[in-house]
Amino acid sequence: MSVVAGVIAVQGDVSEHADAIKRAGDAKGESVEVREIRESGIVPDCDLLAMPGGESTTISRLVHSEGIADEIRGHVEAGKPLFATCAGLIVASSDAGDERVETLDLIDVTVERNAFGRQKDSFEAPLEVTGLADDEPFPAVFIRAPVIDDVGNAEVLASWDENPVAVRDGPVVGTSFHPELTPDGRVHELAFFENDGADVPTLE
Amino acid sequence: MTEKTDLEELRRGTDLIKRGFARMQKGGVIMDVVNPEQARIAEEAGAVAVMSLEAVPADIRKRGGVARMADPADVEEIVNEVSIPVMGKSRIGHTKEAQILETVGVDMIDESEVLTPADNDYHIDKRDFTAPFVCGARNLGEALRRIGEGAAMIRTKGEAGTGDVNQAVYHQRTIKGEIRKIEGMTHEEREAFAREIEAPAELVHETAEMGRLPVVNFAAGGIATPADAALMMHHECDGIFVGSGIFGAENPPEMAEAIVEATNNWDDPETLTEISKNLGKSMKGDANVDLPEDEQMQGRGV
Repeated sequence: MSVVAGVIAVQGDVSEHADAIKRAGDAKGESVEVREIRESGIVPDCDLLAMPGGESTTISRLVHSEGIADEIRGHVEAGKPLFATCAGLIVASSDAGDERVETLDLIDVTVERNAFGRQKDSFEAPLEVTGLADDEPFPAVFIRAPVIDDVGNAEVLASWDENPVAVRDGPVVGTSFHPELTPDGRVHELAFFENDGADVPTLE
Repeated sequence: MTEKTDLEELRRGTDLIKRGFARMQKGGVIMDVVNPEQARIAEEAGAVAVMSLEAVPADIRKRGGVARMADPADVEEIVNEVSIPVMGKSRIGHTKEAQILETVGVDMIDESEVLTPADNDYHIDKRDFTAPFVCGARNLGEALRRIGEGAAMIRTKGEAGTGDVNQAVYHQRTIKGEIRKIEGMTHEEREAFAREIEAPAELVHETAEMGRLPVVNFAAGGIATPADAALMMHHECDGIFVGSGIFGAENPPEMAEAIVEATNNWDDPETLTEISKNLGKSMKGDANVDLPEDEQMQGRGV
């Protein structure tokens, strides 16, 4: 039986996440079917969910207007894994400190949008991330990235310059950076197949 | 957990970061705006970015004369107004306008045929910039030359300021058709084709292997309605630029929101129908079949 992975596809780097999930599935010997979600009715069939990078104002607007927001909440309440990157993390957070983004409160962190600056300040750097399959630093790509400035019950998995940039809260993993932009699948493996706080029904 | 970071190994302005920024725009609508009020309307409607310029292409056409980069103070005001990325247009080959835009802090520079070209032979060497660039193209040769110069995003040229989607469709079909053609070619045929279209051979091979352009490919030039945006998504564009189509319409906020929703629902005719109802008048436009060649912008910068 194959695992059904959904990528919230209203806007952002959707195909990059779809490819990264397939690579992570291959590495774990799991067969994964990926669905792109631009309307309601598909999330309930998914074992795993990814919220991609993009523009958080656009994504939050469309997940609400398309009726996907409550379905994503239901997915997380059922303990199924969600991996949110950059704009996805902002939308998944409890508070983005900005009325232009209606957050989903799926992960107990507050974030600050574009805290690393504009595109000219975007950067890539090797980053140590707790819980990966090995100790090699992860090639992290930060694009107009948010920082996590208040960590409630979430566990910090990585920090950059003393700011948390990767967190886990139960079934939800969020990163300020974009693991989907590099061929390294370890963070997707961690979020979807190695997260003890999450439950993937078809894997049991 | 670890606090260890190695600031020495931090890198900016790499191809991965420039192309990555463009990827974050996918599935979105980038709207032309000429002042902070319009930028705010675009952001509230769900635009993924705004393109800041002095006048929309339809007005540039009407006005005539030399079209240049916008006043950097005006661009700065827009940068300060919205939280979404702000892009700015430089003239083709005008390295100094591009440097000024980069200094102001725009997130992407459009080296655009909508402005009067500054250089008849050469485009900007975009590899030297930290800011990513988007460039227009009518065919695969133009697209791959621009990527070879460092463009992180390609958009169809279409025919800007006309409100007629015809040329955007033609340019997108041309690029996709050429990609399908090289997919079926042998290595040596691709080499010969690269010489024929005057494109870097390694990019022809890369495109053929990927079955698409190696960078994000948006639609631009004449998109005026939600259905136009959906049509360009149907033609496998990664996202949409709308120029005069929003603020040239009767109800800009409604039109902006409808085009954002249509870009997400391009393959759902029923939703598209609802989105398209009661939007008021679209921009009047000018059928570009009637435009004499010297009034066309698409021939600039090949």
